[in-house]
Amino acid sequence: MTREYPDEVAGPYEGPPRSFSDRDGRDIEIRRYDDEFETLVEMYLQFDPEDRAQGIPPTAEKGVRKWLDNLLLDECVNVVAWHGDDAVGHATLVPDTEGASELAIFVLREFQEAGIGTQLIECLLGAGRESGIEQVWLTVERWNKAATALYRKVGFEPCDTSGFELEMAAKLAD
Amino acid sequence: MKVLLGIGGSEDSLYALEQAVARAMAAGDDLTIAIVENPDSTMDEEELRTRVDAVLETEGFDAEVVSLSGHPGSQLLEFAEREEFDRIVLGGGETSPLGKVQLGSIAEFVLLNAQTTVTLIR
Repeated sequence: MTREYPDEVAGPYEGPPRSFSDRDGRDIEIRRYDDEFETLVEMYLQFDPEDRAQGIPPTAEKGVRKWLDNLLLDECVNVVAWHGDDAVGHATLVPDTEGASELAIFVLREFQEAGIGTQLIECLLGAGRESGIEQVWLTVERWNKAATALYRKVGFEPCDTSGFELEMAAKLAD
Repeated sequence: MKVLLGIGGSEDSLYALEQAVARAMAAGDDLTIAIVENPDSTMDEEELRTRVDAVLETEGFDAEVVSLSGHPGSQLLEFAEREEFDRIVLGGGETSPLGKVQLGSIAEFVLLNAQTTVTLIR
């Protein structure tokens, strides 16, 4: 599959760590994933089933663990948004077989629409760039205007518009 | 029931082949297997036919096998209507590196345009 990437580099963004107050005044810190496996499992068990997309995250704990095992391998890039000791957001880059990486981002419902998603995805793209990743893509359900707007804002452009899902791509380095 | 299975050689279609044959045997359905041209598949028609024959022989099941050329989704639907099938069965999509389900282009077309019930095999 050949995918068209934008001419312009997205960002470039700074990678983690980042600290900020979200729009509701909550203190949020974004760091690279550092073996907090159980905390992430807990976050996904709280994940609102309505916010699932294309079969992820899985709903049952067993499925969540197996899925996370694949995402948290060393060749992947993972950043986590923390509110105190709780993981409230997670974004990941998983390599495909063609030298690019697939992106996904998850924020707990209670922490959505507070500016965390933007910070988290910028941080992830920064971390990806620092790890030498040059090409990133994702798929998103067409009706999900909030998500597509976020992806556009940080530098993604639509590349495959033919299917049920919209495919978007970004370039992290020339 | 008259069931039409469409396969183009993608991984999920090969899985659907095995599941659909097992289901047809259990339910006593009349199964027809249509080999379609999937542009994304690396298997050609002959390889696919060999695969289909092998599965049918292993299971000891008899199904008609046809090849449809041209646009896979529309050819499948036209055939299903002409031959009055009750149901179309297809592979249920592949997963991305991240684990997202991605429907194939044939399944998308058939789902949106079919007059019959469509089953996607997971």
